[in-house]
Amino acid sequence: MDRRTFLRHGLALLAAGAVSGPRFALAAGMRTAPERRFVFVILRGALDGLAAVAPIGDPAYAALRGKHDEAELRPLDDFFALHPKLEFVHGVWQARELTIVHAVATGYRDRSHFDAQQVLESGGERAFELRTGWLNRALQLDGVRAMALSTAVPLTLRGDVPVDSWAPSTLTDPDPDLLERIGRMYQEDPQLGPALVRARALHNGAGMADRETVAPQQYFLELAKAAGAFLTAPAGPRIAVMELSGWDTHTQQVARLAKQLELLDRGLAGLRDALGEAWRQTVVLVATEFGRTVRFNGSHGTDHGTATVAFVLGGAVSGGRVLTDWPGLGDSQLWQGRDLRPTIDLRAVQKGILRDHLGLTNAALDREIFPGSSRIPAVTVLSRS
Amino acid sequence: MQDSPSIAKQLMTTAEAVQRRAEMIAGSRVKTAAGLAAQAQRREAYRNVIALELQYRLERALAAADPFDEALLRFWSNHFAVSTDKALIGWLAGPYEREALRPHLAGRFESLAWAAVTHPAMLLYLDNAQSVGPRSKAAQAHPRSGLNENLARELLELHTLGVRSGYTQADVVELAKVLTGWRLFEREGRWYAGFDATAHEPGPKTILGKTYAESGAQELEAVLADLARHPAARRFICSKLARHFLADDPPQPAVDRLVAAWGDAGDLAAVNAVLRHLLEDPERIPVKLRTPEELVIAALRAVPQLRMDARAAYRAIRQMGQIVWKPPSPAGWPDTAAEWLGPDAMWKRVEWANQWSMRVHGEIDVRALAKTLFGARLSEHTEQQIHGAESQAQALALLFVSPEFQRR
Repeated sequence: MDRRTFLRHGLALLAAGAVSGPRFALAAGMRTAPERRFVFVILRGALDGLAAVAPIGDPAYAALRGKHDEAELRPLDDFFALHPKLEFVHGVWQARELTIVHAVATGYRDRSHFDAQQVLESGGERAFELRTGWLNRALQLDGVRAMALSTAVPLTLRGDVPVDSWAPSTLTDPDPDLLERIGRMYQEDPQLGPALVRARALHNGAGMADRETVAPQQYFLELAKAAGAFLTAPAGPRIAVMELSGWDTHTQQVARLAKQLELLDRGLAGLRDALGEAWRQTVVLVATEFGRTVRFNGSHGTDHGTATVAFVLGGAVSGGRVLTDWPGLGDSQLWQGRDLRPTIDLRAVQKGILRDHLGLTNAALDREIFPGSSRIPAVTVLSRS
Repeated sequence: MQDSPSIAKQLMTTAEAVQRRAEMIAGSRVKTAAGLAAQAQRREAYRNVIALELQYRLERALAAADPFDEALLRFWSNHFAVSTDKALIGWLAGPYEREALRPHLAGRFESLAWAAVTHPAMLLYLDNAQSVGPRSKAAQAHPRSGLNENLARELLELHTLGVRSGYTQADVVELAKVLTGWRLFEREGRWYAGFDATAHEPGPKTILGKTYAESGAQELEAVLADLARHPAARRFICSKLARHFLADDPPQPAVDRLVAAWGDAGDLAAVNAVLRHLLEDPERIPVKLRTPEELVIAALRAVPQLRMDARAAYRAIRQMGQIVWKPPSPAGWPDTAAEWLGPDAMWKRVEWANQWSMRVHGEIDVRALAKTLFGARLSEHTEQQIHGAESQAQALALLFVSPEFQRR
C-alpha cells in the first residue's frame, strides 16, 4: 500500500513517524531538537487588538476608545497597555518571555470569518487557494508529531501528515454567543422563538442541574492542561493546536471581552503550569483571523475589521517588546477609514517562529509552507535583536 | 427499494429472533454459576442485536435513493408502534420492521395491518400472546387463562378506527376473541409465532354489527378487510398521514384527496402517490418540525463529513428525547411540534447542533450548503446569521438549528 492509499483509508491517527514522506532540509546546524515545543492558539471570531493591547500613547486613542476602557490597564511601555484580565500574560511580559506583534494581519483583506480563518490556517494569500494547513506542511520535519486539542482537526493541521486529536469526552454547553445568534435567527419564528426563550430561562434556573458537562469557563483551561500533558509525554507530540471561540463582539464588547480574555489568560497559565520545565523550550503563538473596527458601533460593540494583535510567548522567547510599525489611529491613517491599518504580515511572524524555533529553512518557508511569500521575509520574534 | 447496508447479513429473521428470545427466557431460570454467566452473555447479545438493528435502520435511511420510502417506514412503524419498554421486544423490533412492515408500504392497508398485528413483536407488546379463548382447548388445560383485550382495543383505537369513532366495549371483546390463537408457542423444543388453533375462541363473533363465522386464522383477515374499508378508519389514518407529512393541522382538501385515494381497498400505493404530489408542490412551505431522528438523518445526509456511526447517531436522538423503538405508549411518538418542543427538548436540539457542528472532519462551505439545502426558502435571518458566524462550527450549528433545517 503506498502512502496515498494509506491516508485515503482513513488511518489518519497513526503517528507521523509511521509514514515516509518528503522532508525539508533543515538550516545548517539547526537541527530541531525534539524537545522544542510549539503551540498555536487560534482565537476564532476576531479579537479586537485595540482592546487587548491598547495603544494609549496614540493621540487619537482617548477619543476613540477611552470611555470604553477598562479601569486598570496594565502598562507595558510608554505607548501600549495590556487589558487588565491578561494577568498571567502580563507576568510573562515582565519575565521578558512575550513578544507582542501589533497592527498585524494575514494577507486577507475582506471581512468574512470563514474566508479569513481559511487564510489564517492555510497560510495562503487568498481564501481556499490552499487546501492544507501551513502547520501540517511544516510538520514534514523529521519525527515531529502534532496534536489538535479539539474533536475535529482544524485546517491548520490538516494535510499529508497524519495528526492526532483529543478533546474532553464531556460536552460543553452552547456558548452564550451562539444562543444570541440563534435568538436573532428565530426572531420571527412563532414556534421556535418562544421555545428557545423558555429553554434558556429554564436552563439558567435550577431546573437542569447535575448535567455532565465541563463548564464553558473551564473548557479552554482543560484543553490547555491536556496540551501541556501531551507535549511533555515521552515520545508524545511536540506541536499542539488549540482554539478558543467567542471573540465576535458585535455587542456588549467590554463585558464579553473581559470574560474572554480571562479565559484565554487562565488557559495560557494552565498551559505553562502543565508544561513545567518544558515551558523553557516552548513557543506559543496566539492569533486571530482579523481585527475589529476602531470605532464602537451602535450596540456597544465593534464590527469586523482588519489589523489586530498577535502574541508570541514562552520560555523559548526572549521578549518583552511590542513589535510593530504603528500605523496610527488618526482618521487618515485608518485602513478604509475604519480599521487599524495592517503593517506586518502574520506570515512573517509565523515564518520567524518556524525558522528560529523549529529550524525550517527560508527556502522551505517561502516555497512550501507559505507558497509565494518570498516578498514577506521572516521577522525575528523570539529574540530582541 | 434497494437493500445493501453493510450489516444486512448479520441480521436475524423473525423466526431466529423468536427462538433466541425464548432461549434467553429459559436461560434466565438457570441459577447455577454457569447459568448466570450465560445470562450475562445473552444480555450482551440482546443489547448488540438492538444496536445492530438500529444501525441497519440508519444505513437504509442514509442510503435511500428516495427518502420518502424511509419516511413511510418511520410513519407506519410509529403507527403500529412496538416498544422495548416491554421486556425482550428488542429481539424483534428490527425483524418486525423488515419483515412485517417494509414489504407492505405500497400495498393494501389490510395486508400491512395483518402483517403488523400478527407479528410476534406486536403480539408480545400488546399482550395478545397471553390471550386465550375462554372456551378454547388451551383454556380447558389452563383454567386461569383467558382473554386479553389489549391488542383488540389498540387495534380499533390506534391502528384503524380511531378513538370515539363508534365502536363499543362489546366490539373490543369480540375482536379480542377473533385475535385469540395469534401467539408464540413451542413445539418439540422450537418456538414459533403464528396461529395456534388450540387457544382460539370457537364460534361466530360480531363486530360493529357484522357477524363473522368461525374460521380460525381467517377471521382476522376478514375483520381487517372490513376495518380497512370503514369510513372512520379511512379518515383517521388519512388525517394522521397528512398530519405527519404535511402539517400539524393539515388542510382539509389534502385529507380529502388522501381519503379519495384510499378508496374502498386501502390502496396505499395511491395514497403514497397523492402524498408525494402534495409534498412536491413547489408552492408548499415546509412547516413540520423534524423529530430528533429525522433531524439526525437529515444532518447526516446533508453533511457526510460528520462521519457519525449509528451508536453516536442514536445517542444524539435519545438525548433529544426520542428513543427509537421505545415510544412511551402504544400510540407511538407524538406528531406535533408542541409535543416535541418542550424547553428541555429545545435546549437539547441546540446542544446537539452545537456538539455535532464541532465534529466535522473537513471544510464545509456552510453558506453554500444552506443555499443548496434551502434554496429559495432560505430566510434573510438565517442567511445573515450563517454569514456572520464566527467559525465554521458556529455556522454549521446555526444551520442545524435554523428554522429551515428544523422543519421538513
